Amino acid sequence: MQYDFHYGWLLNLICYLPLVGALITVFFINRENSRAIKWFATIITGVDFLISIPLWFLYQTDGAEFQFATKMDWIPSVGAQYIFGVDGFSILLILLTTLLGFISVYSSFTAVTDRQKEYYIFLLLLQTGMLGVFMALDFILFYVFWEVMLVPMYFLIGVWGGPRRLYAAIKFFLYTLVGSLLMLVGILALYFYNAGGLAAIGLAGLGNAPSFEIPVLYQMAPMLPAGLQFWVFLAFFVGFAIKVPMFPFHTWLPDAHVEAPTAGSVILAGVLLKMGTYGFVRLSMPLLPDATVKAVGWIGVLAIIAIVYGALVAMAQKDMKKLVAYSSVSHMGFIMLGMFALNEPGLRGSILQMLNHGVSTGALFLLVGIVYERRHNRMIAEYGGLAKVMPLYATFFLVITLSSIGLPTLNGFIGEFLILIGAFNHSWVWALFAASGIVLGAAYMLWMYQRVFFGELTNDKNKDLPDLNFREQWTLIPLIILAFWVGLFPNAFLRMMAPTVDRVLERVAVAMPEDQSAAAEVAAIAAVPDDHHEDAGE
Amino acid sequence: MSLSDFVPLIPEIFLAAAGFAILLAGISLGQRGVRTMIGAAVASLGVTAVLVVLFARPAVGPTAILGDMLVVDQFAVYVKLLVLAFSAVALLMSASYLERAGYGGGEFSSLILFATIGMFIMASGANLASLYVGLELMALSVYVLVGYFKLEIKSNEGAVKYFVLGAMSSGVLLYGISLIYGTTGSLDLETIRLKLTAVPQDNLTLLLGLVLVAFGMLFKVAAVPFHVWTPDAYEGAPTPVTAFMSVGPKAAAFAMFLRLFVIAFQPEVDTWRTVLWVAAAATMIYGNVAALTQDNVKRMLAYSSIAHAGYALMGIVAASAAGLWSVLMYMLVYGFMNLGAFGVVILLESKGYAGETIDDYAGLAARHPGAAALMLWFMLALAGIPPTAGFMGKLYIFAAAMEGGYVWLTVIAVIMSAVSLYYYFRIVVQMFMKDGSDAEPATLIHDRWTEVMIAVCAVITLLVGIYPGPVVNWAKGGLQALGMG
Repeated sequence: MQYDFHYGWLLNLICYLPLVGALITVFFINRENSRAIKWFATIITGVDFLISIPLWFLYQTDGAEFQFATKMDWIPSVGAQYIFGVDGFSILLILLTTLLGFISVYSSFTAVTDRQKEYYIFLLLLQTGMLGVFMALDFILFYVFWEVMLVPMYFLIGVWGGPRRLYAAIKFFLYTLVGSLLMLVGILALYFYNAGGLAAIGLAGLGNAPSFEIPVLYQMAPMLPAGLQFWVFLAFFVGFAIKVPMFPFHTWLPDAHVEAPTAGSVILAGVLLKMGTYGFVRLSMPLLPDATVKAVGWIGVLAIIAIVYGALVAMAQKDMKKLVAYSSVSHMGFIMLGMFALNEPGLRGSILQMLNHGVSTGALFLLVGIVYERRHNRMIAEYGGLAKVMPLYATFFLVITLSSIGLPTLNGFIGEFLILIGAFNHSWVWALFAASGIVLGAAYMLWMYQRVFFGELTNDKNKDLPDLNFREQWTLIPLIILAFWVGLFPNAFLRMMAPTVDRVLERVAVAMPEDQSAAAEVAAIAAVPDDHHEDAGE
Repeated sequence: MSLSDFVPLIPEIFLAAAGFAILLAGISLGQRGVRTMIGAAVASLGVTAVLVVLFARPAVGPTAILGDMLVVDQFAVYVKLLVLAFSAVALLMSASYLERAGYGGGEFSSLILFATIGMFIMASGANLASLYVGLELMALSVYVLVGYFKLEIKSNEGAVKYFVLGAMSSGVLLYGISLIYGTTGSLDLETIRLKLTAVPQDNLTLLLGLVLVAFGMLFKVAAVPFHVWTPDAYEGAPTPVTAFMSVGPKAAAFAMFLRLFVIAFQPEVDTWRTVLWVAAAATMIYGNVAALTQDNVKRMLAYSSIAHAGYALMGIVAASAAGLWSVLMYMLVYGFMNLGAFGVVILLESKGYAGETIDDYAGLAARHPGAAALMLWFMLALAGIPPTAGFMGKLYIFAAAMEGGYVWLTVIAVIMSAVSLYYYFRIVVQMFMKDGSDAEPATLIHDRWTEVMIAVCAVITLLVGIYPGPVVNWAKGGLQALGMG
């Protein structure tokens, strides 16, 4: 069985609650009443997070592939349906999204002072868009959510961002739009291949009922001709790689990150980038196994370039936010490398690292935002000796720095370790470069930490900076708890994602040469202690 | 031909009678009673809509009338209802505009009604002669409408340019028709189709005829390279007329385009397809790129309408059932989103040609958040971002083109869609991200009729965007009438 329809309403509720909140804000809350607007948005996102927690407990690792499903006709004439459903992988990302959504709203209370009504409306709309992407299992529905979320993000950067916000906002929008429109062409090609074919270019279809249903298209994956797979993979790749962002497509990211308001950066780094990696795992790999296997080589190269290049550029940054932004390029390279190692530990580490990156980088942006709010300056050179005036802040920053560079007992370690194993299994060269990325990562993070927090308090402007207040502490504490939780008890998270990992690898294995595929299967069986069964829907 | 032949023609007859009545009444009223005249015209459009539905008789199937000059089928009914709605919305939006400018409403309303009759005939013509007559009736009415502000030099200029070029294109079209008549011996579309099927001719006369007819039609839908009249006519015309002519005549012209090429000239599809492929690509590229640098909103929307004609042409190039209904659907979607956008422009034109430059939109969001939000919505729709109807319209067009194997054309279209976002968002940037303190901001006028029409367009754009099923089915109904269901 592919779908389990129990609690289907829960996903819809989680997805549309922020939308309803936004509409209520539009029509019923006066723009002067900023207190009501803020607290209403906080409550909505808080409740949204709370109601998403049951997904974690109700998900059955040995159950149907997609649970909490809803399936309805939407546009029958073209076979588009309204399908929501999640597996362990998407549940992890949904929980991350609802948590970061809540935190970004709660962290904006003092950071955003003008046009607050629009600001919170856009944050709430963004939340619905992102959640929809992780829930949708119909290509058209997926695409709708994928694009919907661009608009609020554009406004968050463009209205509340830094000095070059207009440029950064339109760049972000255009880059991602080009990517997603090309993806749409790829989607249509798959759709027609599954149905009537593309007769005019000599491609006979499979003659199935027209459908945009992703799980249905999974089944045709082994039958896709290699040529078509290549082109569709390329179309998808542009869409997802821009989002990730992978090496040659990354230039929008530093601009967008640096100009965005703190909450915007948190969501950008925490969730939006994950939409790209989510797309690879959910769509590219299982739908286009042959092209995936063939792409391993050059995606590996691009990922390695991103790791090393991102780290080196980060090291040269004078602006803290830019440093964190480039560190994202490096970390996302890691995630891609683990993913395209196409083996069990690599993919697990990659998915776990998606979560970790959301937590650590999200927290780093929050931390940079906190000091920026006090000083309106993010230059590393402006600070020094901050540990003396803001001890609590320094402690929080240290924990997050360590989590980001992968110190054992913290979350980054587990993810990076798994990715390294995966990379090593693929080739020792990959592992070598990946390891060098970790070393560089430690270098630039610790160096920044040293310059900002240690030494003498040289700048007089920093003498009277207040330490973290209650609200700021509580935006960070959930993330720090999560960092330790993943670091100390990763098994709960790995168990959640195990069924997804197995299914994806199984689908990719179709295209692998005999020996490798057998090896992957053995590795899969050996490495999974859980008792889940083969997917009955296959 | 008997008297009963005229029964299915009652909607057109009624509309013509109403047009003359309003014209006469308007002469006695002069500049007064603009709203009465427009109200009467809209009411007669409403009655016509009821008559169209009453005489549709879907059960009977296509009914040829007046010696096979016209045909009443679902396709015609779809287009007729569409242009009725466009005419009504444009009329209601023009009330306050005419009042402010000090022009009368009788002549204006009757011209729109006459143009609507012309579009009716374009939608249901089954003969090259009747199609041509419908086209000319529509075009002549619109020439006059463009020049309706007779004291404004821009309006005169636009009208003259439009008329001269339009007359020439009609000549080209007519010459093409005569060549086709010469080779097939008939003006009747069905006969032409059978002749072409029976004798697949590769003679040059026919080829030339087809190409010239295609050129004429490309002019009417404002496709590259026959688009040069568009920016001037759109800019010079009174804004409600621009709104009207960018949707109604365009929808009717596409309907005629479909009947001519996808149905009647179907056997020669391989001949004309290449021409239209090139025209579609050029139109999308040129329209979108040229729009990037426009500082006048009406000119920008003119280039945008050129670009949208390019998207719609993709459906004709596909020349399939899916291509056909996707064009019909696109005309509906494009019509309402474009009317909505022009509605906001009309509200901003408090005096003269204010509200036309992009700077006039600076800081609109701060002063009039509602109007800015609606304009944002229409800009998103025109750019094809979900969940607006603009996305659904494009999706079907792209799907039809892909199905026909036109992958590269689709790739051009999607890249150009991304380009289009840039110029639509120039307005958005002005509205939301500039405070308007440096520019002299245009003030928004309040006019209930226009506001309601903008809201209607927004609601339709939303509903079709999130639940397009019913509209798709309706558009598909038009195909069965053409035997392509």
